[in-house]
Amino acid sequence: MAAPFDLNDDSVVVIIGTGAGGGVLANELAQKGVSVVALEAGGRYLPEDYINDEWESFGQLAWLDPRTTSGDWRVAKDFSGLPAWIVKAVGGTTVHWAGASIRFQEHEWKAKTTYGDVAGANLLDWPIDAAEMAPWYEKAETKLGVTRTGGRAGLPGSNNYKVFEAGARALGYKEVHTGRMAINSADYDDRMACQQTGFCFQGCKWGAKWSAAYTDIPRGEATGNLEVRERAHVARILHDASGKVTGVEYFDKDGTLQMQKARIVCVAGNSFESPRLLLNSASSMFPDGLANSSGQVGRNYMRHTTGSVYAVFDKPVRMWRGTTMAGIVQDEARHDPSRGFVGGYELETLSLGLPFMAAFLDPGAWGREFTSALDGYENMAGMWIVGEDMPQETNRVTLNHEVKDQYGLPVVDVHFDDHPNDVAMRNHAYRQGVAIYEAVGATRTFPTPPYPSTHNLGTNRMSENPRDGVVNKWGQAHDIANLFVSDGSQFTTGAAENPTLTIVALAIRQADHIAREMGKGAL
Amino acid sequence: MSQHQSPRGLTRRELLKSGVAAGAAFVVGSGFVLHSREAWAMETKALAPATMATLIQMARDIYPHDRVPDQYYAIAVKGYDTSEAAPAIEAGVAALDAAAQGMGHASYLATPWERDRVDILRSMEGGPFFQTIRGGLVTGLYNNKEVWPIFGYEGESYSEGGYINRGFDDISWL
Ligand SMILES: Cc1cc2nc3c(=O)[nH]c(=O)nc-3n(C[C@H](O)[C@H](O)[C@H](O)COP(=O)(O)OP(=O)(O)OC[C@H]3O[C@@H](n4cnc5c(N)ncnc54)[C@H](O)[C@@H]3O)c2cc1C
Ligand code: SF4
Repeated sequence: MAAPFDLNDDSVVVIIGTGAGGGVLANELAQKGVSVVALEAGGRYLPEDYINDEWESFGQLAWLDPRTTSGDWRVAKDFSGLPAWIVKAVGGTTVHWAGASIRFQEHEWKAKTTYGDVAGANLLDWPIDAAEMAPWYEKAETKLGVTRTGGRAGLPGSNNYKVFEAGARALGYKEVHTGRMAINSADYDDRMACQQTGFCFQGCKWGAKWSAAYTDIPRGEATGNLEVRERAHVARILHDASGKVTGVEYFDKDGTLQMQKARIVCVAGNSFESPRLLLNSASSMFPDGLANSSGQVGRNYMRHTTGSVYAVFDKPVRMWRGTTMAGIVQDEARHDPSRGFVGGYELETLSLGLPFMAAFLDPGAWGREFTSALDGYENMAGMWIVGEDMPQETNRVTLNHEVKDQYGLPVVDVHFDDHPNDVAMRNHAYRQGVAIYEAVGATRTFPTPPYPSTHNLGTNRMSENPRDGVVNKWGQAHDIANLFVSDGSQFTTGAAENPTLTIVALAIRQADHIAREMGKGAL
Repeated sequence: MSQHQSPRGLTRRELLKSGVAAGAAFVVGSGFVLHSREAWAMETKALAPATMATLIQMARDIYPHDRVPDQYYAIAVKGYDTSEAAPAIEAGVAALDAAAQGMGHASYLATPWERDRVDILRSMEGGPFFQTIRGGLVTGLYNNKEVWPIFGYEGESYSEGGYINRGFDDISWL
């Protein structure tokens, strides 16, 4: 049967969310002939709709439904209602993302074995490893057209990159380049080359950056096997007396509650909404929420150890010209406990426009110390820190029954405290970032606090043993065979790398597994 | 806000004559604030003109940029000139003036040195009035496209074909 599918069609795979995980999974399954209904809370926006304006674009694309925060992280103070900066739209946060696409390092799949016991950290090895993931990474890199892989050329260096590179080389860093980016350095896969417009976070109007919104989603739909229902907010996953999931309840674009039957349900709403859905689906059979016999649903929330370093020079840089993320230093990504922490971090250039710089450089600050920094905006260069943070059981997403969303559903509270390892790593990275810019003559540097989380991971983690996590090595719930988690929430640990390439590789692999098991009649 | 033109058809000279000097740059009269140096005037509807003048000065003192004219601070706070917002703003400005008087000045606007005005603001920075004004300025001031060129920021670039041929890599001093 071809799309659109009937609400009572119980042969379909229902995917919740159409971002990096869900959008790719939907297309991959559709290409294999599997019938898919993808339910997406947000609307559909394409390159012609994207806006080269930071706040206007934020209003168009960002997830703004209420959330609450707690814990000692500075985001809870600066942006108490906005713990994460993520997208609510067809294509999910791949509309916003910068495109940095790097593989995990081999040892990062085995964090517990490599780092040993770290007090207060709930470390665990992934049930998969680098060798198992290598072919899936290659498929993901080909899909995304990642530069500096598969014979694809790197992007040219922008002003922001050149300052960063010169400083990094002066410090003796060796692994310095314009990054492995899901941004075309030449025409590729029917998408044009990057025009260096500099609004990658606002949606690429040229389509030069990969996003599920205008690649995987329409291609899946073209097969006739995929129906994407936009403005469809899933409220609950339903199950039968045997404990298998049978479908989902969602609010459609008119706010009417609908029920879609399903053979398999895949949850891909990003690391806040995915556990929220499992918890909001509690029943008499599963009083603690679906797939939660381990008690790990919502726990081990990771957001990468981040921060930024901006610097002002005595001459213009104009960092906003060109790709938002324009290069990387990888030398510090290694595991080297002599630095005073386990795991490693990447340094990646970043630029913000004046409106976002005013909001994020030092939230809450005022007076001349702050404004004189912005007076130097034209002469500013910037970088972002992304490092492995420690999973902690108490860093978690819970239901906040005091606050309801527009559908009357309890929202999530996001609790996060920095682990001492995170703090030590961030301070090391601040020092190195400052040194890079001082090596090329910065007159003033700004170690800038973390923004609302863009990388949200770990809240339905993968584990070998059902006792330690929520899903197995296929992203399949330990407790419920026809329930899958398909987004970044399945990460066992975060590694130092930006997560999306790994989310995409896991989704391609999961599609392969689901189609095979369906073929065998096992699902 | 009626920028660059006098309210109610009065000439600038007539307005100047009917108003009273407030602070270094403002003249306030009934229903208007006039900026003597920048030659613009704005009508006020719900707020007392002296309150609006104080608010503009307060905005500048929170985010002082010497290259940004008062006009843009005025635009950033003019949204408070509504009947809904006015009571809280009048009360906030009254508290600001009281704080100024507590430090030996006639009023906030009549406090000549920025350093002293900043001290007055510091005494109020934990309160909701200060935080509302400061928070609103983050977008009210910096998200005004007319302000961007003063900082060198070029804004939208898609319609110009991006920067691929317009200097994304033109740095010459490294
Ligand atoms: C500014 C920015 C820059 C970034 N840059 C990079 C980068 O350079 N490299 C990198 O690797 N990563 C980057 N990221 C992170 C990357 O975008 C995310 O890691 C990735 O998109 C997460 O994929 P996901 O599938 O988990 O969730 P998402 O892509 O967020 O998709 C989740 C989707 O589910 C939908 N949804 C949620 N709940 C429901 C519900 N109940 N019913 C229906 N639909 C629902 C949401 O609306 C959303 O569309 C960046 C993120 C941001 C914000
Ligand atoms: S800089 Fe390149 S990738 Fe980024 S939005 Fe512009 S064209 Fe797209």
